Amino acid sequence: MLKARVIPCLDVKDGRVVKGINFVNLRDAGDPVEQARVYDAQGADELCFLDINASHENRGVMLDVVRRTAEQCFMPLTVGGGVRTVDDVRALLLAGADKVSINTAAVQNPDFVREAARKFGSQCIVVAIDARRGTWPSNQTYFEVFTHGGRKATGIDAVDWARRMVEAGAGELLLTSMDRDGTRQGFDIEFTRTIADTVPIPVIASGGVGSLDHLVDGIRDGHATAVLAASIFHYGEFSIAQAKAHLRSAGIAVRD
Amino acid sequence: MIHVVDYGRGNLFSIVQALRQFGLEASVSGRPADVERADTIILPGVGAFGDAMAALDGGGLTSPLRSAASRGVPMLGICLGLQLFMESSEEFGHHKGLGLIPGDVRRLSDAGHQDPSAVRIPNVGWRALRWETRDPLRPAAYEQTMFYFVHSYGVVPREPEDWVASLTINGDRIASVVRRGAIVGCQFHPEKSGPAGLAFLRAFFESAMGRRTEGGRVREDA
Repeated sequence: MLKARVIPCLDVKDGRVVKGINFVNLRDAGDPVEQARVYDAQGADELCFLDINASHENRGVMLDVVRRTAEQCFMPLTVGGGVRTVDDVRALLLAGADKVSINTAAVQNPDFVREAARKFGSQCIVVAIDARRGTWPSNQTYFEVFTHGGRKATGIDAVDWARRMVEAGAGELLLTSMDRDGTRQGFDIEFTRTIADTVPIPVIASGGVGSLDHLVDGIRDGHATAVLAASIFHYGEFSIAQAKAHLRSAGIAVRD
Repeated sequence: MIHVVDYGRGNLFSIVQALRQFGLEASVSGRPADVERADTIILPGVGAFGDAMAALDGGGLTSPLRSAASRGVPMLGICLGLQLFMESSEEFGHHKGLGLIPGDVRRLSDAGHQDPSAVRIPNVGWRALRWETRDPLRPAAYEQTMFYFVHSYGVVPREPEDWVASLTINGDRIASVVRRGAIVGCQFHPEKSGPAGLAFLRAFFESAMGRRTEGGRVREDA
């Protein structure tokens, strides 16, 4: 049986971790590579770096972070933020990333996902879908895709979008509820489950985790194949090992 | 010399770093002459089969790889690298592979994702290996440990003795480790599978070196 994956995410700005683990024994808590090593040692199944200030000028900084991480951590690494061209994808993969996460660029040019999947294989193309809830006059709920870090509405229905991205060759979907992100109230389970039950590819739930029970909810009720969280791990509130023990005690298979 | 074949389709950096963990240095290039000179060859790879074969052909690498295989040079194919060792693949049409191992590459079947026990494709995540044979690559210390997989296709060797370890996904049995003489392939990514992955790589190099020097050992200073 495939194990549910627990993926800590590090927000990186100009090569530094924005919210880091407050571990006293870290020499440099702002260094993404040091944080990555902590998560690796704790048994994280994958690691995600999100470049929250991605631009042409600082692309080299992120590549250096990826390279230094891959030098020391022999674990799967996904990098997102500012991935806009096939050359961006290639540069990240050559630096040691295993997967790239594409969000805004996919909306601006859906063919980019197709081209990248064709060139590098679906298995390394993650499409990130940031969505907010809306309600039709009929009272039915819908989920709308947002880009630019959740700032820009697109008018695109997230379920339709998920189908299109699978068709274009996405290998995984990273779902973030912008309504829940940062609230610590748990994933938007309805959003996660609606998409997960629509697509045949793996789905990663993200946005809103505030307790270990929320991780269980994402897998069990949201039908996600993996759960991603930032702040509950960042602040050292819970370790990856604790998260996995909690999932295991809820009857969800995880890697030891 | 250990040579990592660079044909523009793989995470070479992680492999080179993994080898350094136990004191091995590898050359990395796409030059046919380096493949001809190598005494151990690693063929990494991510991406699509047909595109990768075209890159090997275009780079003049196909015949040096086949010739190395026929000379008994130890080779390790990782993920797509393993798939390229096979005779053919059905990824985006029908493509011929290097043909070093009899058998073919098939798409993993989608088994209805609303069934919670079905595996979603691509198969992404950690899995244990089901060992089929005794093999020097079976790292005793890591018997129960899992390895990291990320793939949509799987290899099906024709000869039963070529199956070293296997995996069943949505009812399809595929090989996760293959050996035919000195040619070895793994569907998972040892360079991304933590200590177990490093132990697997180390076991490969020890067995490769043993083949060359009859009992030679990899440096023990890791």
